[in-house]
Amino acid sequence: MTDIESNPLTGQPAPAEGYVTADGRQIGGVLMDLRNITLRFGGVEAIKNISFDVREGEIRAIIGPNGAGKSSMLNVISGFYVPQEGEVWFKGYKRGPMRPYEVARLGIARTFQNIALFDGMTVLDNIMTGRLNKTKSGFLSQALWWGAAEREEIANREQVERIIDFLEIQNIRKTPVGRLPYGLKKRVELARALAAEPQILLLDEPMAGMNVEEKEDMSRFVLDVNDEFGTTIVLIEHDMGVVMDLSDRVVVMDYGRKIGDGSPDEVRNNQEVIDAYLGVAHD
Amino acid sequence: MDQLFYASEVFINGLMTGVMYSLVALGFVLIFKASGVFNYAQGVMALFAALTLVGIMEGQVPFSHLINATFGTHLSNFSWTVGPVVAILLTAGVMVLLAIVIEKLVLQHLVGQEPIILFMATIGLAYFLEGLGDVMWGADIKTLDVGLPQGISDTIEQATANWFGYGFFIDRLDIWATIIAALLVAALVAFSQYTKQGRAMRAVADDHQAALSVGISLQFIWIMVWSIAGFVALVAGIMWGTKSGVQFSLSLIALKALPVLMLGGFTSIPGAIVGGLIIGVGEKLFEFFVGPMVGGATENWFAYVLALIFLVFRPQGLFGERIIERV
Amino acid sequence: MFYREAGNFKTSYRDDGQTFPIKLDRMGYYVILGVAAMVVPFVINDYWASAVLLPFLIYAIAAIGLNILTGYAGQVSLGTGGFMAVGAYSVYKLMTAFPDLSILIHVLLAGGITAMVGIAFGLPSLRIKGFYLAVATLAAQFFLVWLFNKVPWFYNYSASGQITAPERTVLGWAVTGPAASPAAKYLVCLAFVIFAAWVARNLTRGMIGRKWMAIRDMDIAAEIIGVNPLTAKLSAFGVSSFFVGIAGALLFAVYLGAAEVGEAFGINKSFLVLFMVIIGGLGSIFGSFAGAAFLVLLPVFLKNVLVGVLGWPTDLAAHIELMIVGALIIFFLIVEPHGLARLWQLVKEKLRLWPFPH
Repeated sequence: MTDIESNPLTGQPAPAEGYVTADGRQIGGVLMDLRNITLRFGGVEAIKNISFDVREGEIRAIIGPNGAGKSSMLNVISGFYVPQEGEVWFKGYKRGPMRPYEVARLGIARTFQNIALFDGMTVLDNIMTGRLNKTKSGFLSQALWWGAAEREEIANREQVERIIDFLEIQNIRKTPVGRLPYGLKKRVELARALAAEPQILLLDEPMAGMNVEEKEDMSRFVLDVNDEFGTTIVLIEHDMGVVMDLSDRVVVMDYGRKIGDGSPDEVRNNQEVIDAYLGVAHD
Repeated sequence: MDQLFYASEVFINGLMTGVMYSLVALGFVLIFKASGVFNYAQGVMALFAALTLVGIMEGQVPFSHLINATFGTHLSNFSWTVGPVVAILLTAGVMVLLAIVIEKLVLQHLVGQEPIILFMATIGLAYFLEGLGDVMWGADIKTLDVGLPQGISDTIEQATANWFGYGFFIDRLDIWATIIAALLVAALVAFSQYTKQGRAMRAVADDHQAALSVGISLQFIWIMVWSIAGFVALVAGIMWGTKSGVQFSLSLIALKALPVLMLGGFTSIPGAIVGGLIIGVGEKLFEFFVGPMVGGATENWFAYVLALIFLVFRPQGLFGERIIERV
Repeated sequence: MFYREAGNFKTSYRDDGQTFPIKLDRMGYYVILGVAAMVVPFVINDYWASAVLLPFLIYAIAAIGLNILTGYAGQVSLGTGGFMAVGAYSVYKLMTAFPDLSILIHVLLAGGITAMVGIAFGLPSLRIKGFYLAVATLAAQFFLVWLFNKVPWFYNYSASGQITAPERTVLGWAVTGPAASPAAKYLVCLAFVIFAAWVARNLTRGMIGRKWMAIRDMDIAAEIIGVNPLTAKLSAFGVSSFFVGIAGALLFAVYLGAAEVGEAFGINKSFLVLFMVIIGGLGSIFGSFAGAAFLVLLPVFLKNVLVGVLGWPTDLAAHIELMIVGALIIFFLIVEPHGLARLWQLVKEKLRLWPFPH
């Protein structure tokens, strides 16, 4: 973590050594640092020169109106889009060009805005796919189901069962995901991401389309994940109430630009943010 | 110098074969654009159309083998024969009927399925139609003559002999086929661009749901598109049938049209035409220059390998729309 | 005795993951295996071997292979015939070049060679998807058939252009060539079927199978959660071609005895195996067997009825068969895209509740 001090670009007040949140949790140093990210599709700039950091153990939210470039930002982090300019630093190292599956191996897992489960598989198998980067047994061992393959399968299953318990989805273990209602699908997706034991968990609108009760459940799970596993969380959410309650720090995006960054209270009182949300004409 | 003349003759013949490929590929593109179905049965439809045309012209009794086998009769032909124009019209009618039946029995039940399932359904359809054509009209090789001029064109041979000192051998049937195919393509483009039905067809191609919501009948559009594809198949069947007889191998032209589509992009009419020409010329020239070194018959695979290599570099084809992936 | 899950308590994750979690299923499976290995060889005759059992076993291997690629990994291939040809010609070259090695090793090696060819032709799958890929696999089909037809080295410069399997023995019993007994041929094929089904089952229930299915169901999401599409797709092509190659090798060496590439391994073979997979059930090992049995038995059945009972000419019967196969494909895709395997599952679910369905 040598380069944290030498990073003047993020331009935010949080001290390099971490800080203590309102509810008394100790937040660590910089885990991931995005520097001057610019992403273009043809002539359209989806993300314009955005920098912010994510600290170990915090819940970081990205908010903004539709089309602000939030999901694109998440896609940059998970390696699906390659930005034309800018750098992604992770755990003190600059990340080279990487395919999404390599990013996953670094310990970054995510959920999707439009649920991306594997419809032809059961809930259990879906969550088990989250363990694939923890699987070391070779091809031959798996083909003959000999030694390491079976041992690992059972170890993975035990870990997955813990997550199933945690998210309270025991009763749908063997159900094909295609048959599940929306809210449960979102939960299974979270389970799959958790099964990878990620260091950073990216949640793309985890509560979109849910009713109040489901939102409460999901909020509880997000907080518990952060609390029990110490997982750093980056989430995109539209529901302001949820964002302000859950997150430690918030990045506000509008039209691909960053217009605010700070604690929920700071962001709430930021004039530019208020304008963006109340819809002041853009010049 | 002679080598150059040979090569250009091969080139011209390749162009004309290419036009025929384009014609079949066009049938694919039409159906794909309007219904998202990749119709593997297009080639068998051409065979079926050609068989029906011959059958009607010669006054064959349909299903005569089946009837004879079941009832012990000895039916074969009615006492009449039918002129080409009437027979073509009747066959076109049969193809429309076929389109209606396919829509009712197959497509309607597969709405909203994945493209690959639909594709496999059309492979089933191809088998069914192949069997049906044989049961209806018999599997023997038939000659088809609707009065199109055939044979090497003396005029061209003499003219080129005078100009270059080398007479080009070009089949008159190929020339006619090129002209007819060009007219058909022009008519189809005009139809899809300038008529109400054509607009509806393009709307359906863009988005089924949206088209439904503005009051376009999917059922009608599909029947129409499959009828048009049936008509295109009929024209292709006439050309290829006249050229090399009506037999099973005729249905294999569909297999030749597939690489044309990959090259041109599945949704592009100009793509089908340019792709057809490239492959027609390419495979003839390749066979001419490289074929003798490797034992010949490279036409069997050249088109596929060319399309494959091409696709690896440009997955959406020559004129296809660029694919933007999102999650 | 009723078909019940009740009383089958599973106390470990190992038990829960086994192939036949229900006791009665497990017993049925052992009974079938016992009959197949210890009863059938004594009662088998030439007709049953050549009309039903050998083609069923061999096509079951091919169907398992294609099912791995198409049913599990979601990559449609129309090149199965071409890959079977690779297996056949590999085993022929190996049999004639190394006559002292066991035929069993030849067949496995032929599978290995086919796997490598399959991986090579699977490379474009990294760039192109869906039916673009399906059409691209036709390139393999046509190119391979042409290659084996035009390059005399592959058929040892024989005048007819055919390949003919020399006699080879296993434990002193001839299994290839004209002297081979139906029982010996049957047992060799049975051994390979059991091997193929067992390996396929192991692969598909573990992490590799989940990677394949993830790619099939949603390739982009699969890559983001950590599936390397390169290794996932190519391993599917490799494993699939390995089995298809073994099937091709057995089809030529054990079943046909002599083969001409265009006739034995043409595009129709690709479709036949694809149909078996569709009718049997995409993404099911059991379905591969069901589909192979169905499409091997159907022509035998139709021939017996149409030609034997009704006395129709054989060519007419063949055309009717085409129509029926085509119609069945469409029927299955409309009614039950998961094929016979799903129908069997439904029957079992009914059985679980019988005789009190409410």
